[in-house]
Amino acid sequence: MKTPEELKYAKTHEWVRFISDTEVEVGLSDFAQDQLGDLVFVNLPDVDAEAVEGEAICDVESVKAVSDVNAPVSGTVTEVNEALLDAPETINSDPYGAWLFRLANVTDTENLLDAEAYIKFCEEEAH
Amino acid sequence: MGSYVPSTAKQREEMLKAAGFSSADELYRDVPEELKLHGELNLPAGKSELEVDRIIRALAAKNKEYLSIFRGAGAYNHYIPAIVGSVVNKEEFVTAYTPYQAEISQGVLQSIFEYQTMICELTGMDVANASVYDGCVAAAEAISMCRSPKKRKVYVSAGIHPDTMKVINTYCGTAGDEIVVLPLKDGKTDFSAVDGEGAVCLYLQQPNFYGVIEDAEEAGKIAHEKGLTYILSMDPFAMCLLPSPAEYGADIAVGEGQPLGMPLSFGGPYLGFMACKEKQMRKLPGRIVGETVDTEGRRAFVLTLQAREQHIRREKASSNICSNEAHCALTASVYLSAMGPEGMKEAARQCYAKAHYLAAELEKAGLKRCFEADFFNEFVTACDDPEALVKKLDEKGILGGLPVEGGILWCATEANTKDEIDTLVKEVCA
Amino acid sequence: MKTLFERSVTGRHCTILPACDVPECTPEVTRKSEMRLPELSETDISRHYTELAKQTFGVNDGFYPLGSCTMKYNPKINETAAALPGFKNIHPTQDHVQGCLELLHTAENYLCEITGMDAMTFQPAAGAHGEMTGLLLIKRYHELKGNTQRNKIIVPDSAHGTNPASSAMCGFTVINIPSAPDGCVDLDKLREACGEDTAGLMLTNPNTLGIFDKNISEITKIVHEAGGLCYYDGANLNAVMGIVRPGDMGFDCIHLNLHKSFSTPHGGGGPGSGPVGCKAFLEPYLPGERIVEKDGEYALSPRGAESIGAVRGFHGNFLVVVKAFTYLLTLGREGVPEVAKNAVLNANYLKHLLETTYDVTNKGICMHEFVITMEEMKKINGVSAMDIAKALQDYGIHPPTMYFPLNVHEALMVEPTETETKETLDEVAKIFLELHAKALEDPEYLHSAPHHSAITRPDEVTAARKPVLRFPFND
Repeated sequence: MKTPEELKYAKTHEWVRFISDTEVEVGLSDFAQDQLGDLVFVNLPDVDAEAVEGEAICDVESVKAVSDVNAPVSGTVTEVNEALLDAPETINSDPYGAWLFRLANVTDTENLLDAEAYIKFCEEEAH
Repeated sequence: MGSYVPSTAKQREEMLKAAGFSSADELYRDVPEELKLHGELNLPAGKSELEVDRIIRALAAKNKEYLSIFRGAGAYNHYIPAIVGSVVNKEEFVTAYTPYQAEISQGVLQSIFEYQTMICELTGMDVANASVYDGCVAAAEAISMCRSPKKRKVYVSAGIHPDTMKVINTYCGTAGDEIVVLPLKDGKTDFSAVDGEGAVCLYLQQPNFYGVIEDAEEAGKIAHEKGLTYILSMDPFAMCLLPSPAEYGADIAVGEGQPLGMPLSFGGPYLGFMACKEKQMRKLPGRIVGETVDTEGRRAFVLTLQAREQHIRREKASSNICSNEAHCALTASVYLSAMGPEGMKEAARQCYAKAHYLAAELEKAGLKRCFEADFFNEFVTACDDPEALVKKLDEKGILGGLPVEGGILWCATEANTKDEIDTLVKEVCA
Repeated sequence: MKTLFERSVTGRHCTILPACDVPECTPEVTRKSEMRLPELSETDISRHYTELAKQTFGVNDGFYPLGSCTMKYNPKINETAAALPGFKNIHPTQDHVQGCLELLHTAENYLCEITGMDAMTFQPAAGAHGEMTGLLLIKRYHELKGNTQRNKIIVPDSAHGTNPASSAMCGFTVINIPSAPDGCVDLDKLREACGEDTAGLMLTNPNTLGIFDKNISEITKIVHEAGGLCYYDGANLNAVMGIVRPGDMGFDCIHLNLHKSFSTPHGGGGPGSGPVGCKAFLEPYLPGERIVEKDGEYALSPRGAESIGAVRGFHGNFLVVVKAFTYLLTLGREGVPEVAKNAVLNANYLKHLLETTYDVTNKGICMHEFVITMEEMKKINGVSAMDIAKALQDYGIHPPTMYFPLNVHEALMVEPTETETKETLDEVAKIFLELHAKALEDPEYLHSAPHHSAITRPDEVTAARKPVLRFPFND
């Protein structure tokens, strides 16, 4: 399982890449994509939607399940990765390249974990 | 008497004993005694098949079958080729469940895939679902596809089938939509009230309930100018002669599929068909079959895009539909196969020609059409006493048009002969 | 196998219509695009669908223990009845329909007697459609009492997926409550969930684990005391009809699946019929028209302004009701409880034959169905519920419902129904046990099952990622 050092993580298995102090890119962690299995579709949020930390903002579909993606921080959606609509499998093959959406005016970042803490959290959850 | 329970009394004893029960009553030991029915249900005694057959035939005989039918109003009398009944009554098709187990359900799955393709061909749309309950529900579900959290206004033509209007009111009312009814002017929908502000869609029926051919292309232009989704409901035969929903600019095409091989059946089972452009594909409710391959690379069909559906999405699903009208969809497929493209076009031309002949002859008999606009296979004529005229025809074994406000709504299809029409007109004059 | 479109040959056709016998004319604007409908002879059509029928598994093909779907035998006299010209050629708006109305009225009376309800509508076309209708009755009831704050529907986690979906469609918020360890409603959780905002509870009893909830009177009482109403999902009525009635359990409204308990065939996914019954106080809110009888004459009578309106056109799936009514005539007062008892007996007998080998979740008695969990087996050697299901196909058995209910992992839900013989159950049990042994010695064989079906397992991931939803015509 890959867990890049430079990223932050939420306990709900999203990764966060800081573009600036108040802008982030969000995707699903390698752990998450592995648990979810082959993803077949992504319902991306609307641009301008308000993300609230810890609340569902969009969802991803596998053949027999649909799983919420929670906002790891609060902010406003500025951009969504429309390429995923035609190639949802990228989330499985390249989870840290397959960003889902970008947020601006980011707040509520204090619950994010660093890579080491996230790895530990996943290990605990697996048991 | 009959119960279709095959095990004998002796076998039942053996089974009870083997499973550790001393009596059949013990099977219900979890049911509180005070709740149980003590005594018999107030139903008649069970009967043999012959007795049941007699009772049912006697009931059917109390209904009147007409020699000729000149009524549509949402339920149409078309000829049904013999091959249709022969195919759809095959026991496998009749008794199978929803094809969840793809490996042993390729037949049903392929038939739905072929049905979806044919609906796409008729409507000119990209994607169709495996059906919904009827045309009314198809309309309501199509409107649900357009729902947006911020915009709640839905434009609906006053010319749609009254049952469809009721069903839309039920579905949309509970969802909190605001329905704006566009009035009719000279039998056609007046779109001047469409301003698009806070609205999501425009719903129109072609031809409308009164048979009038609407300015459906114009409606599409107005809808798109105002940023609305254009939902067009069309009779499947009308699509074969008039422009298709896609040619009219529809984003979602729906309708009542009963004319495609289903008998009148006192109103059901019927078939709601739904098709849309690719961009709406994931919003389409209900079952959808897709083509894929099996582990050996052979062509295979499966239920797909299931993550939209209630059994996975539960309270977040946009529709709760589960069982639909698969057997009616099969019926429509067989019907369309037997008719073929030329047969469908010919039937549509005959519907149009016979309705126009009927209208002309009725006019000679003094029943003048109420609206100037052209029509497909239905039209309204003025009539001083519609009920009395319909009763008079009834006595001659003819089902006349439906009495509506201002007159009678007549219908003719390829199933009506010239002789029938001439007889009808003679009786009208009598 | 080829699709209709690949069999099509330009110019081939059936001769269905005569030449037009009135002057031809055409509308001003006509269709421009071609319709690529197949061009076939009657032989082509007949052979094509015969092939498709061979690749379709119906109740006539073999054992069909699809849990919660009640795949009982579909009696042929029902089909004969529905095909009578006096039913099938009747226009929904015509007069002289005494036979249709008498049938609907009598069917309403019979089904009300069986369920303990006071009135019924046949407008809903399927179970989920019935759920929506029933919930709209509940909604209307609260609205008219001015209790618009009652907007929550309580649904146990073992419920059918349609329950929460229907609730949401009706604008309710769904409160999911976990089941107690025995699979029944957790009374404390229910009490906690009930309050000023409770609109009602949706429940199926026996539940999807095949257990009759003993506390049912207490459950409906808790909901009623909180001011809510109780909705009975009739999907599992086959287990208890003629034994105990939802009305007596305290339910206010119900839906039935005529295509389950009342033997109408499922048609590969409909048409069904989902009539909704209710107690007298909810009757004014029912949709569609009421059938009234006076001196042996029947008439349709419009409902008042309190009605929820209509949920479908005309009178619902009438011919399906004809089939169910025919079935009820056959069964009569003795036959109805006979069905239930034998459905339960067959389930308990099959459970007994399997439970020493398989992990059955029902420890005591079961009702019409029971649930097997493959969780342990999956941990040991990877053989899943899916693998067993697929392997059963090779033995001419339709797999049980898989992965449902959601509160059991690796679930296989088995509902044999009353129309199976002891010989079939013995044979089926033998096959289940054989597969269990096979799973332990050769898991790979099960992973790659089925081995004798028309296709092996399909690639569902590609089907969903790159949807091909219509024949492509190479364009």
